Amino acid sequence: MEKKTKINAEDGRQELTITRDFDLPVELLFRAYAEAEIVEQWMGTKVLKLESKKHGSYQFVTTDPKGNQYGFNGAIHEYIPNQKITRTFEMEGTSYGVQLEFYEFERITDDTSKLKMHVVYDSVMHRDQILQLPFAQGINMAHNRIQDIVNKLK
Amino acid sequence: MNLRRDVFQAIADPTRRAILLLVASQSMTAGAIAANFDTARPTVSKHLQILTECELLKQEQTGREVYYQLNATKMKEVADFIEPFRAMWEDRFNKLETIMKNYKK
Repeated sequence: MEKKTKINAEDGRQELTITRDFDLPVELLFRAYAEAEIVEQWMGTKVLKLESKKHGSYQFVTTDPKGNQYGFNGAIHEYIPNQKITRTFEMEGTSYGVQLEFYEFERITDDTSKLKMHVVYDSVMHRDQILQLPFAQGINMAHNRIQDIVNKLK
Repeated sequence: MNLRRDVFQAIADPTRRAILLLVASQSMTAGAIAANFDTARPTVSKHLQILTECELLKQEQTGREVYYQLNATKMKEVADFIEPFRAMWEDRFNKLETIMKNYKK
C-alpha cells in the first residue's frame, strides 16, 4: 500500500515537515482543524477551548486508558480559512518546550486537497526526542503485553 | 534507549554517512576507506570506531587485514526509526479523512 503521509526530518535540524494528500475538498480538510467537535473525533482528545481566529488560543486534554491526563495548549497567530494556520503547540508537564507549527491547506481538485505541516522545535534534541516518542511508547506497549502474558502464566 | 540515541547521532555526521555509503557496496579496510577522504587518517579511524561501537559497521579479520562491512540489520533499524512517528500521523489522518467524508453529504 502506498504511504500517503510523508515525513521529512533532516539530520541535525530542529524542524520537520509532514505532508499528506486527502480525498477531501480543502474546505472539509480545514474544518477538521477549525471546529472543536471535529477535532475531538479524529484527535481522540477533549477540547476545552478552541478559538479559531487570529489572537485565539486552544486547550486540549487527553486521557489515556489508565486515566492519566495530558494537557496541550497553544496560541493561534495566523488564521486564513481554507489556506493557513500558524500556531504554537505545547505538551504541558513535559520538557519538550513550545513548538511552532505552520499548516498550509491546498486545493488540488474540487474533491482533493493537500496538507503541509511545518513544525519548528526549540532544539535539535527536542525534535529528535519527539520523533522517538511513538517508538518509545511502542516498546513500552510491547513490554506491557509481554508482562500481561507472563502474569497469566503465573 | 541510550544505544539507539547513539545510533541516531552516529548517522547525523556527514562523514560517517559517507563512510556507510562507501562500505555499502563492498567491505573495505580502514586504509582504503581513508583514501576516499581528505580528512586525516586518525579522524577517519575515530569515525570508524564510533560506527563500529554502535554496530552500524562490522569488522572482519581476513589474514592480516581488518575489513569493515555494513551491518545491514542495524541499518534497517535506523531506517525504521522514523516509521512509528509516521505511522502515528498516518493513522490520525486516515481517521480525519473518514470522519470528514461523513460531513460531505
